[in-house]
Amino acid sequence: MDVFSSKLKLWTSSFADPRLFQIFSLGILLAAGAYFRDFSIRPEQVVLTFAAGLLTQAACWRLTPSKPRTLRSAIITCLSLTLLLRADNLIAHPIAAAAAISSKSLFRFRRKNLFNPATFGLIFAIILLPGTWVSPGQWGQDVAVAGWVVMLGMLVTNRARRGDISWTFLAFYLGALAVRLEYLGQRWAVWTHQLESGALLLFAFFMISDPMTGPNDRRGRIAHAALVAAIAYAWQVRLYRTNGLIWALFIAAPCVPLWDAIWPADKFEWTQNGGGHVFSANPDSRFDDSSGADSRRAA
Amino acid sequence: MTLAVLILGAPRDARAFCGFYVGKADGALVNHASQVVIAHHDDKTVISLMNDYQGEPSEFALVVPVPVVLQKGQVHVGDRELFQKIDAYSSPRLVEYFDSNPCQMLMMGRAFGAAAGAIAMPETAAMRSEAAKALGVTIEAEYTVGEYDIVILSAKESSGLQTWLQQSGYKIPLGADRALEPYIRSDMKFFVAKVNIAEHNRTGLTYLRPLQFAFESPKFMLPIRLGMINSQGPQDLVIYMLTENGRVETTNYRTVKLPTGMDIPEYVRGEFGDFYKAMFDEQVKRNDMRAVFTEYVWNMGWCDPCAGPPLSRDELRSLGVFWVDDQPGGAVPMYRRPGGFMPYPQPMGGGPTPVTLTRLHVRYSADTFPEDLTFQETQDQENFQARYVLQHGWNGSPTACEAAKNYFDELNKRKAHEAETLADLTGWNLEDVIKKAGLTPESQPKPWWQGIWGS
Repeated sequence: MDVFSSKLKLWTSSFADPRLFQIFSLGILLAAGAYFRDFSIRPEQVVLTFAAGLLTQAACWRLTPSKPRTLRSAIITCLSLTLLLRADNLIAHPIAAAAAISSKSLFRFRRKNLFNPATFGLIFAIILLPGTWVSPGQWGQDVAVAGWVVMLGMLVTNRARRGDISWTFLAFYLGALAVRLEYLGQRWAVWTHQLESGALLLFAFFMISDPMTGPNDRRGRIAHAALVAAIAYAWQVRLYRTNGLIWALFIAAPCVPLWDAIWPADKFEWTQNGGGHVFSANPDSRFDDSSGADSRRAA
Repeated sequence: MTLAVLILGAPRDARAFCGFYVGKADGALVNHASQVVIAHHDDKTVISLMNDYQGEPSEFALVVPVPVVLQKGQVHVGDRELFQKIDAYSSPRLVEYFDSNPCQMLMMGRAFGAAAGAIAMPETAAMRSEAAKALGVTIEAEYTVGEYDIVILSAKESSGLQTWLQQSGYKIPLGADRALEPYIRSDMKFFVAKVNIAEHNRTGLTYLRPLQFAFESPKFMLPIRLGMINSQGPQDLVIYMLTENGRVETTNYRTVKLPTGMDIPEYVRGEFGDFYKAMFDEQVKRNDMRAVFTEYVWNMGWCDPCAGPPLSRDELRSLGVFWVDDQPGGAVPMYRRPGGFMPYPQPMGGGPTPVTLTRLHVRYSADTFPEDLTFQETQDQENFQARYVLQHGWNGSPTACEAAKNYFDELNKRKAHEAETLADLTGWNLEDVIKKAGLTPESQPKPWWQGIWGS
């Protein structure tokens, strides 16, 4: 009975994990996009993305056994990929998903993965896989407005501890766009039109805010947000290239260790019981299955 | 790359012409649509502007923001027939009984010329240049190409540019300086063209030929905002994008494929133009006039079915497809099949070429399109066409055999469904459609219980 009640307690408290809310919101966005918008993502591509992503995650567990075992992060990565990546074939999505998930194990620096997995998967696909692209204009006004409501609601209700990087990034990036608009003498309708990009939403609230790849200290996060905003602005407005946000996050990723060196702080860890974070210095032993994995490996 | 059309001081009749199509006038479909062909590859762009300007040639003027100063060799006067060919090739189509080009009429009406009172004062080039300088306007280049007198301007201030244009005899609409400002601030130049009457008379043509210009710039965009200054209502624009790798889409607006492949009632055969127009209106409405529509995406080497023949290599080069020459003559390049990596078998009448045509159709207004259009070339090589199907029924009698009775029951169901599809696509009244499709109560599906006990 005791075991049961403690499990029940654990199960209910796990809803406080912000990743569950992220999965929920991304799922709603994907469903809305596929139903109300021609997102040109085929159901087979969605299935293959998840199959490849989750299998890769399982394979990675065998190699890096010290992680708490939850598929939540992998699901978020797969959802982000299906929301953003487009392909005219069936092989691009599973390869991109496998690349995204395995990048968490392959590119590591001081016990942190270097790249946000969805960002890595997208850049990997658009550089290396034929027939792939990202459609920044696919969202449309109403979906984007609904998205803003959901995202802001999420921030308020979820007490997301790493929300500071989202806000700082949005302030820098949208501020730069606003200054440019004033300089050019354009109407403010242009600025509000630029807010309609669902990609901007996804980027600000799911990609740059990824606590596993962002700087550990608040000052580092603010510096990183400014850097990413500057690169994205230059990419988009000065060089006239598309997908500036994703490229900026990818290019700026190697600076995270630098920020962590300048402003050291404890590394973030997801927990499943309370929505906050615990520090790696003091890991929650209930979710550390390293012993189990180690014994398997020994066998 | 860049272009936009400023309708200069449109007189009253031209202004009416700038409105959107409101109905049939003596059977003539008049639709306000501009047509632009853009060949884009590796930051190099060739733009061809088709203008169907109907007024006095002396009243015609055009202002297009361009990213760089264009020298004389970068401007060319093209061939109007190529626009007709590329339009015919990519038009929305009825299959089975295909009118040679049912949409041609629909797409023909367009105008982005308009009036400049070309009552330029007799003055020397030096005087003009001095006067311009005083206004912060620099005449970067000045030349005549074909029937057009062309001036390339750069400006420091929009008010100075506006004054210069006014002093030079162009009728500038109110508010033009506000619209010109962002282009000046982004360091763009202005391509200003008007008709040289003597040269025009020498051509012996009754119409104005399309202007083309070639330049290199990372900007892959189309500044539509200038053309909205004096526009009273929504405007239509058809853009033919010629690229090497794949479909082109807008990056700052939704790009939506039109509904396609539907079975529609046979009577539409006689009024396909009306059908397509109504359907496009309805789709624009459903997307709140905030989307860009894809009408056609195909490799330029072939078509299936063909509404018009694909353009030849020479014709493509005339439209600015400069990269086709790089291919070894006659050899069919490897072409990736959508969803795979096998080359296509060589289709009838020539193989795939390294040219993909994307036909985009946009209806825009100042409110719903606050920003200029920016584009990206995707790697999407999946073909798409706006295609509608007429399925003709069998001409026999229901009493011919036992199977015939079932066939006609099914046929009636199918026809009812086609009528519903048509009403849904176009927003037409379903009862009217049923009436026009010749569906009588007798041809309606019989109740399920009829026939259980013998007739």
